[in-house]
Amino acid sequence: MKRLSISDRLFVWIVYAILTISTLAVALPFLYVVMVSFSTKAEVLSRGFFLLPKTWSLDAYQYLFREKNFLLSFRNSLWITLVGTVVNIALTSMMAYGLSKPWIVGRRALNILVLFTMLFNGGIIPTYLVVNTFGLLNSYWAIWLTAAIAPFNLIVMRGFFQSFPPELEEASRIDGCSEFYLFRKIVLPLSTPAIATFTLFYLVQNWNTYFNALIYLNDSTKWPLQVFLRQMLIEAADSSMTLEIEGFEFGPPVKMATVVATALPLLLIYPFFQKHFNQGMMLGSVKG
Amino acid sequence: MPSSDIRGRLRRGLPLYALILPGALYFLLFRYLPMGGIAIAFQNYDPFEGFLHSPWVGLEHFRRLFGDSDFWLLLRNTLFLSMLNLFVFFPAPILLALLLNEARIRLFRRAVQTVTYLPHFLSWVVVVGISVLLFSTQDGAINEWLVSHGKERIGLLTDPAYFRPLYVLLNVWKESGWSAIIFLAALASVDPTLYEAAVMDGANRWKSMLHVSLPALRGVIVVLFILRLGQTMETGFEQVLLMQNTMNLDVSDVFDTYVYRNGILIGEYSYTTAVGLFKSAIGLVLIVAANTWAKRKGEEGVY
Repeated sequence: MKRLSISDRLFVWIVYAILTISTLAVALPFLYVVMVSFSTKAEVLSRGFFLLPKTWSLDAYQYLFREKNFLLSFRNSLWITLVGTVVNIALTSMMAYGLSKPWIVGRRALNILVLFTMLFNGGIIPTYLVVNTFGLLNSYWAIWLTAAIAPFNLIVMRGFFQSFPPELEEASRIDGCSEFYLFRKIVLPLSTPAIATFTLFYLVQNWNTYFNALIYLNDSTKWPLQVFLRQMLIEAADSSMTLEIEGFEFGPPVKMATVVATALPLLLIYPFFQKHFNQGMMLGSVKG
Repeated sequence: MPSSDIRGRLRRGLPLYALILPGALYFLLFRYLPMGGIAIAFQNYDPFEGFLHSPWVGLEHFRRLFGDSDFWLLLRNTLFLSMLNLFVFFPAPILLALLLNEARIRLFRRAVQTVTYLPHFLSWVVVVGISVLLFSTQDGAINEWLVSHGKERIGLLTDPAYFRPLYVLLNVWKESGWSAIIFLAALASVDPTLYEAAVMDGANRWKSMLHVSLPALRGVIVVLFILRLGQTMETGFEQVLLMQNTMNLDVSDVFDTYVYRNGILIGEYSYTTAVGLFKSAIGLVLIVAANTWAKRKGEEGVY
């Protein structure tokens, strides 16, 4: 390779510098929160801002994992995410498979009905009143059912099923397979990578659900972690009144530890995501 | 097509209809039924009377809406935040992709991508939460640092002047990396001989980024920009709601947060449904217009 000219060397230098700074700007706030979560309240009060604690401590986490409300909301979040994702994947894959058959009568109309919901919706109040009418307020079903299918995911998955060769269907029909059998035993196993990707997207959506939980769940013992965290951090900072949540004597490290605990499950599944989008999955990237 | 064929296809499709049914019911009950519920925008809906017995009032709520000074405030704030997204947030991922494309060390690229994609998966509660820990007036990191250097505390979260910059900053922080993916994909498909030709013509790296890479992104940029225009009414509801407080309400209140506060919390169902309908109707018109425009540019729209 030819040696770079001076102007090119300068250019490359600037490129790496800007990228390094941007990456640090993304990483540092999170790193700061993680670091302080391992420090003590005394150090935070005396030193103010720092990135590396002088005394490392697990106090914040020890406190947090004894805090009843935290444990409860963590368990609620796990349950909401688990059942929610099963509902999401079941309904989305079944409907996507049905709509992937070009010969199905009424397919066009159904596709248009699905598409239209991406462009227009009833809005917050009418949806809330429907949920109320069905008697779902204060039940997790309000969360699971109102977000059962993301139309975008449905459309992408339908496209994926359509890419299956029609011979597969014909061959299995000649062998006397039922449509259910074909779907469950042949199509689904062949779709593992796609199903895995959508499972991850739905997992994130369910774990991060905040607003629906806020409006549909009145009973604070049913709140997921996101609502708990919001109560703990934002409302405390907003109002001047002292927060009723116990453990405030532990100060900032406990808040930081709660942020870390809320983000942790996502950080744990993040490597799986990477594997998939490195394989060229760009799902969702055009959405925003 | 002969009707017997349709009947045959219907019979053959029975198991498939069974698979479609739960999903179709979902769309019917939780997507289309609420659309029907929009009718209460033309009523004085009373939860105790129910939908059927509440009195109809025609366009009264809309007349009130357009005469309401709140309405102009909501519209102004929505447009302001959208413009910030369009002109400050939108270029960020393009820039990131262009720079990443120039970084040839694979490990470095991977590291930058891993870190910058990550915040996309964090909830807005976590992201706004982190911003509170950094920016809050009493024990936020920035203010602690300022105080330890003998400076005054700044009300970064409470002073309305900081709301909009902070709003777009959080957006850039959370979504730039992930949004760069689509531009990176477009750059990956550029014919390498174009770069070689540019070098032959005496272009340095900067020139070839400007005259080969950037033009290669032109199509994607134009279409995504148009489609973003179609999203003008959407300002990221959860983000705004979470960043909102009583001090910054004048600049942070948008249609959705107004509907939430006055509808869900105060119970003014009919009026807030009208407010919501106004927002979604304009949104629908904008999306359809943007999509048609994008398609005329010869590109794929969102539908």
